Amino acid sequence: MEFDKELDARGLNCPLPILRCKKSLAELQPGQILKVVATDPGSVKDFQAFCKQTGHELLSHEAANGEFTFVMKKRA
Amino acid sequence: MAKKLALIASKGTLDWAYPPFILASTAAALDYEVSIFFTFYGLTLLKKDISDLKVSPLGNPAMPMPVSMPNLMQMLPGVESMATMMMKQKIADKGVASIQELREICLESGVKLIACQMTMDLFDFKREEFIDDIEIGGAATFFEFAGESDVNLFI
Repeated sequence: MEFDKELDARGLNCPLPILRCKKSLAELQPGQILKVVATDPGSVKDFQAFCKQTGHELLSHEAANGEFTFVMKKRA
Repeated sequence: MAKKLALIASKGTLDWAYPPFILASTAAALDYEVSIFFTFYGLTLLKKDISDLKVSPLGNPAMPMPVSMPNLMQMLPGVESMATMMMKQKIADKGVASIQELREICLESGVKLIACQMTMDLFDFKREEFIDDIEIGGAATFFEFAGESDVNLFI
């Protein structure tokens, strides 16, 4: 999947992946795509909760080899 | 309209410094308007230099220790600084943010930090010991924002 910006949140623990994600989204235009890679298992539930509450669209999330990848679209 | 969060931070040890700054920075990321009222020992968290926050196993039997030690022994000199050193090492190893970093993010994201005037007087703290970006107020100031908040927590 194509993206406009990638955030490497590997090795970071709660709540840093969410806080860094928020900062990265602020640098994007509405409708642009952010990809986040994290290793914190808690981030799976947290990114869903983050998107649900802020209105950014979580396009996909997947887990492989201990890494969690989230792709989200910045809200209009 | 944005949701609002009001916190009271009343503790100033390294471990208890985390909940208010984690919750405040995360709530701000979720577009909450956030205010934290720092009172009593919590006021320490607004000092310019917070690199020397400590954690003590004394009186805290729930704190995981590498070697089990009778609680009375934990009053011995050096135990507190050892526990603090270990905690800081763990924090770094596990990718947990430092308190300085979380406080910085709170400030960047517009979290209001309010220092308790009465505590400042009580402990003879001077304004210049604290970071610039704070407001100073009392209990009525807390209720001014707590009364219209969606979430209120005492920590």
